[in-house]
Amino acid sequence: MRKIDIAVVDYGMGNLRSVSKAVEHVAQGKSVVVTSAPAEIQQSERVIFPGQGAMPDCMRELDSRKLRDSILHAAANKPFLGICIGMQLLFEHSEEGDTLGLGLFKGDVKRFTANQMLNDEKLKIPHMGWNQVYQSKPHALWQNIDEATRFYHVHSYYAEPIDHALVVGETAYPKRFCSVVAQDNIFATQFHVEKSAQAGLQLLRNFVYWKP
Amino acid sequence: MGLAKRIIPCLDVTDGRVVKGINFLELRDAGDPVEIAKRYDDQGADELTFLDITASSDNRGLILHIIEQVASQVFIPLTVGGGVREVEDVRRLLNAGADKVSINTTAVLNPKMVQDAAARFGSQCIVVAIDAKKVDNQPFEWEVFTHGGRKATGLDAVKWAQHMVNLGAGELLVTSMDRDGTKIGFNNPLNRAISDAVDVPLIASGGVGNLQHLVDGVTIGGADAVLAASIFHYGEYTVQQAKEYMRNHHIEVRL
Repeated sequence: MRKIDIAVVDYGMGNLRSVSKAVEHVAQGKSVVVTSAPAEIQQSERVIFPGQGAMPDCMRELDSRKLRDSILHAAANKPFLGICIGMQLLFEHSEEGDTLGLGLFKGDVKRFTANQMLNDEKLKIPHMGWNQVYQSKPHALWQNIDEATRFYHVHSYYAEPIDHALVVGETAYPKRFCSVVAQDNIFATQFHVEKSAQAGLQLLRNFVYWKP
Repeated sequence: MGLAKRIIPCLDVTDGRVVKGINFLELRDAGDPVEIAKRYDDQGADELTFLDITASSDNRGLILHIIEQVASQVFIPLTVGGGVREVEDVRRLLNAGADKVSINTTAVLNPKMVQDAAARFGSQCIVVAIDAKKVDNQPFEWEVFTHGGRKATGLDAVKWAQHMVNLGAGELLVTSMDRDGTKIGFNNPLNRAISDAVDVPLIASGGVGNLQHLVDGVTIGGADAVLAASIFHYGEYTVQQAKEYMRNHHIEVRL
């Protein structure tokens, strides 16, 4: 079997090309593979779990490809980066289609409430664009990234962990919500690191060389 | 501090080159798409939009190839539109590296396609483009046009925008055909009417001639993002200059 440094999990729901190209850009000389093969995910050194689309479809696709065990195994054993829906799926439950997630973290994924105001304008949903991320806790993956750096967000739902100790990053829209969770070898962002220009590439670089 | 207003350079692509027209006609060559995309990324563009303006089955492969090349070198969101006819087109563009797909004529001919695409790939990647023109022979102010502005639809642009959002559009790209290429500024009343009628972000397009127009698009028109082509293509202003100008006018931007 080919040697895999970084596996990008393909369950048919991601902007996988964008993710793999961004990782290749910062991980020169390493093998980056987009895969839906459980065996490849199992033997890779680190795993990226992206995601786009609706959470019910994501869970369905994940299960239809029999990837649930591989994801749980990777999340328990090796450097693991969740992105967007790949973060939301780690929680117990989502309001989106009343969907059960993988349940690694206790808490719910909730929708932004309509009819809120932001700077005298109606709050738009999805939350789309470059917003500042506050580093609630120190973490190895924040290396060389300034406090309140802007990352590209695009989502209508956000995770609300029950254990606040998991929160390492927050974004305000208009209230602060958890935009980054981390525990042991897991780091997961609501924003799209692969589309966040230099800041996102720096975070990916930090992940590629991370030794949790 | 919080969410920044976005500046989006727009690249109209035909036969593999970036071009710019005036009132949808008279195309002028503006350069190589990959080079231009990299330049805008370096200047701090928040996103890029590619419109395949002569989209047909002949050059469909060409834009996919361009998007693949850009997505390998530029790590900001890419929106692609032009000739998107079926859900499968959306998949192909997303797989090539597009983050969002803009649907225009097909949304009018087959609104269910918007619904199907949003259900399958999520609202976050479905942009509905609305080309609107002021009319005086209708019970409403702005009418939706299709086919690059050649066909009237009889649809009220504001109601149409609401309908598209109900079907799953995650963003609206609103182009004023009266303003496109004129450099006299966005159609702010049109943008304001639509922005106030929907909950999703609005990209204002058509008519930018100076940096104050970008500011007005946000403060008067209520746009969440401003799109412009010629002021950037011909080097009149850099994206960086545009952002500094907006910041000096109290608009939050990513600098």
